Amino acid sequence: MTNVSVRQLDLRFGSVEVLKNLNIEIAEGEFLVLLGPSGCGKSTLLNCIAGLLDVSGGQIHISGKNVTWAEPKDRGIGMVFQSYALYPQMTVKGNLSFGLKTQKFSKAEIERRVNEAAEILQIKDLLGRKPSALSGGQRQRVAIGRALVRDVDVYLFDEPLSNLDAKLRTELRVELKRLHNQLNHTMIYVTHDQIEAMTLADRIAIMRDGFIQQLADPYTVYNKPANLFVAGFVGSPGMSFLDGTLSEDGTSFTFGNATVGMGDYDGQQNDASSRNVKLGVRPEHIIIHTEAIEGVTIAAELDIVEALGSESLLWLTSQGEKISALVNADDEYEAGSTVHMEFNIGKSSLFDTKTEKRL
Amino acid sequence: MAQTERPNQLFRNLSAKIAAIPMIITAVVVFFGCTVWTIVYSFTKSKLLPKKIFETTDLFSIPVPEWIASDGALDIWMITGIVEKSFVGLAQYERLWSTSRWIVSIENLAIYGVCSLVFSLVIGFVLAALLDQKIRFENTFRSILLYPFALSFIVTGLVWQWLLNPEYGVQKIVRDLGFESFTFDPLYNPDIVIYGILIAGLWQGTGLIMCLMLAGLRGIDEDIWKASRVDGIPMWKTYIFVVIPMMRPVFVTTLVLIASGIVKLYDLVIAQTSGGPGIASEVPAKYVMDRMFLAQNLGQGLAASTMMLVLVLAIVIPWAYLEFGGKNKNV
Amino acid sequence: MSDQLMALDGAQGPKPKKRFSRRNIFIYGTLIVVSLYYLLPLYVMIVTSLKGMPEVRMGNIFSPPVEITFEPWVKAWAHACTGLNCDGLSRGFWNSVRITVPSVIASIAIASVNGYALANWRFKGANLFFTILIFGAFIPYQVMIYPMVIILREMGLYTKLGGLILVHTVFGMPILTLLFRNYFSSMPEELFKAARVDGAGFWRIYFKIMLPMSLPIFVVAIILQVTGIWNDFLFGVIFSKPETYPMTVQLNNIVNSVQGVKEYNVNMAATVLTGIVPLVIYFISGKLFVRGIAAGAVKG
Repeated sequence: MTNVSVRQLDLRFGSVEVLKNLNIEIAEGEFLVLLGPSGCGKSTLLNCIAGLLDVSGGQIHISGKNVTWAEPKDRGIGMVFQSYALYPQMTVKGNLSFGLKTQKFSKAEIERRVNEAAEILQIKDLLGRKPSALSGGQRQRVAIGRALVRDVDVYLFDEPLSNLDAKLRTELRVELKRLHNQLNHTMIYVTHDQIEAMTLADRIAIMRDGFIQQLADPYTVYNKPANLFVAGFVGSPGMSFLDGTLSEDGTSFTFGNATVGMGDYDGQQNDASSRNVKLGVRPEHIIIHTEAIEGVTIAAELDIVEALGSESLLWLTSQGEKISALVNADDEYEAGSTVHMEFNIGKSSLFDTKTEKRL
Repeated sequence: MAQTERPNQLFRNLSAKIAAIPMIITAVVVFFGCTVWTIVYSFTKSKLLPKKIFETTDLFSIPVPEWIASDGALDIWMITGIVEKSFVGLAQYERLWSTSRWIVSIENLAIYGVCSLVFSLVIGFVLAALLDQKIRFENTFRSILLYPFALSFIVTGLVWQWLLNPEYGVQKIVRDLGFESFTFDPLYNPDIVIYGILIAGLWQGTGLIMCLMLAGLRGIDEDIWKASRVDGIPMWKTYIFVVIPMMRPVFVTTLVLIASGIVKLYDLVIAQTSGGPGIASEVPAKYVMDRMFLAQNLGQGLAASTMMLVLVLAIVIPWAYLEFGGKNKNV
Repeated sequence: MSDQLMALDGAQGPKPKKRFSRRNIFIYGTLIVVSLYYLLPLYVMIVTSLKGMPEVRMGNIFSPPVEITFEPWVKAWAHACTGLNCDGLSRGFWNSVRITVPSVIASIAIASVNGYALANWRFKGANLFFTILIFGAFIPYQVMIYPMVIILREMGLYTKLGGLILVHTVFGMPILTLLFRNYFSSMPEELFKAARVDGAGFWRIYFKIMLPMSLPIFVVAIILQVTGIWNDFLFGVIFSKPETYPMTVQLNNIVNSVQGVKEYNVNMAATVLTGIVPLVIYFISGKLFVRGIAAGAVKG
């Protein structure tokens, strides 16, 4: 059943169009991540759903009600912010109960909900403290708690982990996932961190310039990116793109003097509007050989070797194209030498140069 | 899906709008309305005629304070003013610019203004630069240089009136030291009286300029100093060729603040000289007040105050345009 | 590798510092001379106010009093004459208190709400009014005073305490509103959003979230307004009457009165008395005062 539904949403600031005819249906209990570079409109969309920004056109429905013009408090949402936004002069308990008091809940009910949320988030010991006496991770737990006590259908997260250091971020990420599994609430989560997106999401909406580029599960987004932008944005180290031409029958791809067979390709390469296409290959889908294999490998110059720890990233040049490949860190390569690449075509993507769409 | 009625835009954020009513009234009625009223009526032949207080209920007869300055003290009594609606074009302005008292006022303002600008900027900057040398007792020095700003112009004016008193003040002391012919009586010499006021004005105001400049200096990237030290550039050169150009916005803002303050010069003159000797230290703000409330010539007062407004706008508008023109919206 | 044996020849350790370098003498010398110049008027004021009239006539304004007397202070406070009233500056002092306290409260209350509404509840047209307000800060008061007199008369507030309070509130509004607007804008916007999601409205957010967080700016505003209103002369002389003149106006009338013999010691005592309130605030508040005047500089 649909829980949050955004229909033909438009948002303009003066003459600047921030969101354009945007549609999303979010199912009950779904964890949807809005992913994109800064300025793509993802936070703006979240603020529209929360009612913190007035929309210029379209509708927003939450739990079957049209809330397009409703006040934030009447929408049945809870929200967690990047800067935590805890009320500094109130204790943790005060922070958790402020909204409930505003809505005139009974003392006993407030007590019950605060305790329940504190229990779930393991912040019972902190209830008497002021936010300034808490660590970043604790603050963010309190901020999540403040959303939880509202006991609503939809939770909104605006880059909640961005202000934390790398280690804490990983911890809280796991915790959020656990929380979602446990409570099974609808969650909409904004981030620019693709690892958060991949690990947390049931579905990811990748946004750019106010448009949703692709809305799909993490596996599809990673392996079958809808267009060049998504392909380039998701994945780190990033996908390599090779400019070239597709043969008439679509069975081979030529860049420079090198040709790759496209027999294993998972897609409709013959839908291309012209023969000009780009081949995108992720670094882990390139196998490096020291010896050439006729008809399989393509020679490349090894420019730089970057040791990442468990793996090494090779920066290669072949036919004037820059390519990166991941190899086992134990294999030793020498910068300046020539190596031979084998592409895993079944996992690669072809993009129409003109429309930038995946074929 | 049932479309609910779109709530009336006027009632959105109603509390915020209600809360802003005092601000809106102030902006529209006082700052806009009163200014326009003054400008409009400066083109009429309005006058003030002494009458008894509240004798008439006519909206356009206004009881206004009259200053009885007979014994040097200011006292206000009520008289009734006649605001006339008959327009006389630029007649008030023609008369204004042919009044020697107004011409003297403008000349004084020009001298005071230029000197005050130059001296406050130079002294303020030099003092700020000295304080910025990571010295000890910085706070003490700053407190001393700034305290006059906490005092009113009246207090400032009266102190300097006393210090510059030829019978007891600086002149007498130097004479007592053996320089019998030494003269320093700016407040009693029509030719230099405005400089006597300037001394007091600078004493009161430079501390503020120093503080603004100091804030500006502190805002400059420390690395600039490191770089110039590594490059072996002498400090004075760094100040003149690097730091001052970087502080341009601070200078401009300070300049506008000083300038718009100068136009309002009034209390200091009242306290120090009451415009004397004769009319030698008249200033526009005082001229307006005298015309409006003392000399019973409202039209002249309105025209003179409009000229003051023009003067301020000539300073503020180019500045506002430079400062905010590019990015509009944000004030 | 061991470098324990490496010889330490030549310059080593902290660089020797000269306490009396030419540079330091220049800097401190200049600052001390300038400071003395700035302190001189205050010194002369106090010294003169502690002398008897014969000593003032005989001596040198810079010399300390031979015989300290507090009579000028008593006279200035309780007996100095302005026109027909001979009850000294005390009347002006209490008038100033009666004017300053409510004016400060009213102007800050209104301006802080304005600033909050402008920073967080941007509604249509709000910026237009704010722009007019800021421009208003630069308009010479003389331009608006006469119509203000008319307005206050029509409201029946002319020369009443309420009228003067209203005038101070109105003319203090631009700078205070700017001060509060900038302060509230600098607070994280997410805090405000969080409170809205929590269901708090305009006033609840103002009182429960914003006010407790903005104590420093209120202190700055109070300093700015107390000194500003206490030091005001122009509005005092126009919008009040002799019985309710604030201290500055009364001081001017006492000192610049040409009636009778000039009593310079009494005059200086009166001047010091009038300056004490802002000076005390200045020296107590220190850095906050600097912040206040930097913000209030527009007021000129």
